[in-house]
Amino acid sequence: MSDDKSMTGAESERHTLTVLVDNEAGVLARVVGLFSGRGYNIESLTVAEVDPMARTSRITIVTSGTEQVIEQIEAQLRRLVVTHSVTNWTSERAGIEREMALVKVAGDGDKRVEALRAADAFRARAIDTTHSSFVFEITGAPAKIDSFVDLMRPLGLVDVSRTGVAAISRGPEAM
Amino acid sequence: MDKDDRLAGTADALQMSGAEIVIRALKDQGVSHIFGYPGGAVLPIYDALFQNAGIIHVLVRHEQGAVHAAEGYARSTGKPGVVLVTSGPGATNAVTGLTDALADSIPLVVLSGQVPTHLIGTDAFQECDTVGITRPCTKHNWLVKDVNALSRVLHEAFQIATAGRPGPVVVDIPKDVQFQTGTYQGPATVNHRTYKPKSEPDAEAIRRAVEMMAAAQRPVFYTGGGIVNAGPEASRLLRELVDLTGFPITSTLMGLGAFPASRPEWLGMLGMHGTYEANHAMHDCDLMICLGARFDDRVTGKISAFSPGSKKIHLDIDPAQINKTVRVDLPIVADAGKGLAEMVRLWKAGRHKPDAAALKAWWKQIDGWRARKSLAFKNSDSLIKPQYALDRLYALTRGRETFVTTEVGQHQMWAAQRFHFDEPNHWMTSGGLGTMGYGLPAAVGVQMAHPGALVIDIAGEASVQMTMQEMSTAMQYDLPIKIFILNNEYMGMVRQWQELLHGGRYSHSYSEALPDFVKLADAFGCLGLRAETPGELDGKIKQMIDTRRPVLFDCRVDPSENVFPMIPSGAAHNEMILADMDDGGPTVSEAGKMLV
Repeated sequence: MSDDKSMTGAESERHTLTVLVDNEAGVLARVVGLFSGRGYNIESLTVAEVDPMARTSRITIVTSGTEQVIEQIEAQLRRLVVTHSVTNWTSERAGIEREMALVKVAGDGDKRVEALRAADAFRARAIDTTHSSFVFEITGAPAKIDSFVDLMRPLGLVDVSRTGVAAISRGPEAM
Repeated sequence: MDKDDRLAGTADALQMSGAEIVIRALKDQGVSHIFGYPGGAVLPIYDALFQNAGIIHVLVRHEQGAVHAAEGYARSTGKPGVVLVTSGPGATNAVTGLTDALADSIPLVVLSGQVPTHLIGTDAFQECDTVGITRPCTKHNWLVKDVNALSRVLHEAFQIATAGRPGPVVVDIPKDVQFQTGTYQGPATVNHRTYKPKSEPDAEAIRRAVEMMAAAQRPVFYTGGGIVNAGPEASRLLRELVDLTGFPITSTLMGLGAFPASRPEWLGMLGMHGTYEANHAMHDCDLMICLGARFDDRVTGKISAFSPGSKKIHLDIDPAQINKTVRVDLPIVADAGKGLAEMVRLWKAGRHKPDAAALKAWWKQIDGWRARKSLAFKNSDSLIKPQYALDRLYALTRGRETFVTTEVGQHQMWAAQRFHFDEPNHWMTSGGLGTMGYGLPAAVGVQMAHPGALVIDIAGEASVQMTMQEMSTAMQYDLPIKIFILNNEYMGMVRQWQELLHGGRYSHSYSEALPDFVKLADAFGCLGLRAETPGELDGKIKQMIDTRRPVLFDCRVDPSENVFPMIPSGAAHNEMILADMDDGGPTVSEAGKMLV
């Protein structure tokens, strides 16, 4: 297959998928195992129970692949016995994507002032402050967080913790 | 739904031990046979089995054998196969069979014992993470920690194993749960809350398919194991559709028997060792109607050169198979039988007629390919050719209800090419996974389900040694299986590839220190036969067939014979190597060598 996979000639694209699953033991392992076993990428993954009464969890995965691979990923996810639904926010539904990150910057002098100014411009909040460091909390689309992290790099970036993407549809309807 | 809600109003709610729940659930699911091996963590279930009549337990000699036997049972009956194994090594030994069943869509319910819940995670004796290990090789699996959930899970297990695209499931049951008392619910109360596979075809899609068929100039049916899995009615409908259209038909290894090999529309198997006519028809067709098959790499050859000029219709019950490797023009997600029923109905209702002139020209072209006689071989007066041995075996078993299982390798391909089937469910082989050692235990399972039938494992001397211990099972249960070993003293398919791809350096592909199979048969207490010359073959085969005991047949064949025709790795359907090509035919590209 190796030579043939590239035959499609299609470009690899980033897609955000949400999988609603039964919240039972091992469900995350099923989803993650499917990705690793079939050689699909996971760029980020977010999971939490969203309805304790219905015992459902929502898994949001950012992945990349050609159109054919993404189609296959969706089909494989739907095939899992625990899956209620699969939604593609990139090609199928209009959705809003948000991610939260905690970003630690250490330094002093001009760099420190500049970091604070940039954080303000990005509407990031300083949630921990010492004489030599800040921890910023920032929320936004993944690209915004990428930009913020890039901006902080020369200003003394020491650590980043990102939650991965949460996604929801626009308008009044549920997923 | 809450546990209490479920139980309220359930007429057949009963209190019993977890082990008794297991037996009761099996009975309520109509299980008559289970294949298993006891051990510490399943003793309560074995005790309940001991005290309950009505289920026949077949004691195997290795858990892999239990799973393959259950596969043979399932494929020859259309019912799910049931396996019972203990924790730890019992479960890990079942993994090969589970993976095999997953690849070939065989419904199995495998019950495994587990260490008591309070010991899980402590590296206890014979503990392993069974659900973790079997997650990627099952359709679904469960660890049941609550005895009151046990009956529901067991009924769901049967539902999931058999619904949609069938497959194996595992239910892992800790020993303390087997001892605890809980409430039993009958199967009627169970309905899985998320798993509801679609089986009805989209009417509009079928209408379009029928129109495409009516307009086709060079059509071909490409059918697979999905027809067999859809039940005997699907095979009947397939025959009717071929009758109505007059289209040529080929099948994958897994689908053999769904359409009678004795009919003129039959082109033989397609793929790597398929016939010249089947592969050329696939390559040159203008409409491919794929029914219950999945464009496996052994079928397609080089994807970019696969049937370049055709429109493709793909009917499959598993949406994940649509557009997986080959883009199709018309996907239809449905049960093969239901899809076929609609095709037949709409073809008749629309009073469709095939394009007779085009079809006549197409058949003429196909007859040209047929005339190439791609399965022909040079026979010998002194050596038994493996092809000749199978031709004789086939001829001498006519007029009997015959089931064939195989191991994996050259003998398997020769069997697929030369042992013709007219009915589904009579051919049991390891297609997707290619598991050497499948055939002997599978024959045990088939014979258990069909005590009066002739059950033959067409084997190689290398494969058969992988699960040879199950001869002892056959002896214990008086199962008169026939193990017909094409003994060429090589792992023949490995040797064939080494000849083709690795300069004839036969690295570890010869069978040395072979047992004397006749003496081995004697040791097991069954009959051993040996044929070394073509002249004695018929007499020995007849003796084998007439023996009402298990037989190990050591058929000494020409060790140098290769399986032809062949599409070399990385080549297209119209680049086949034939047996009588003086120059060896097309060679394998560097890219092809990388493929398996």
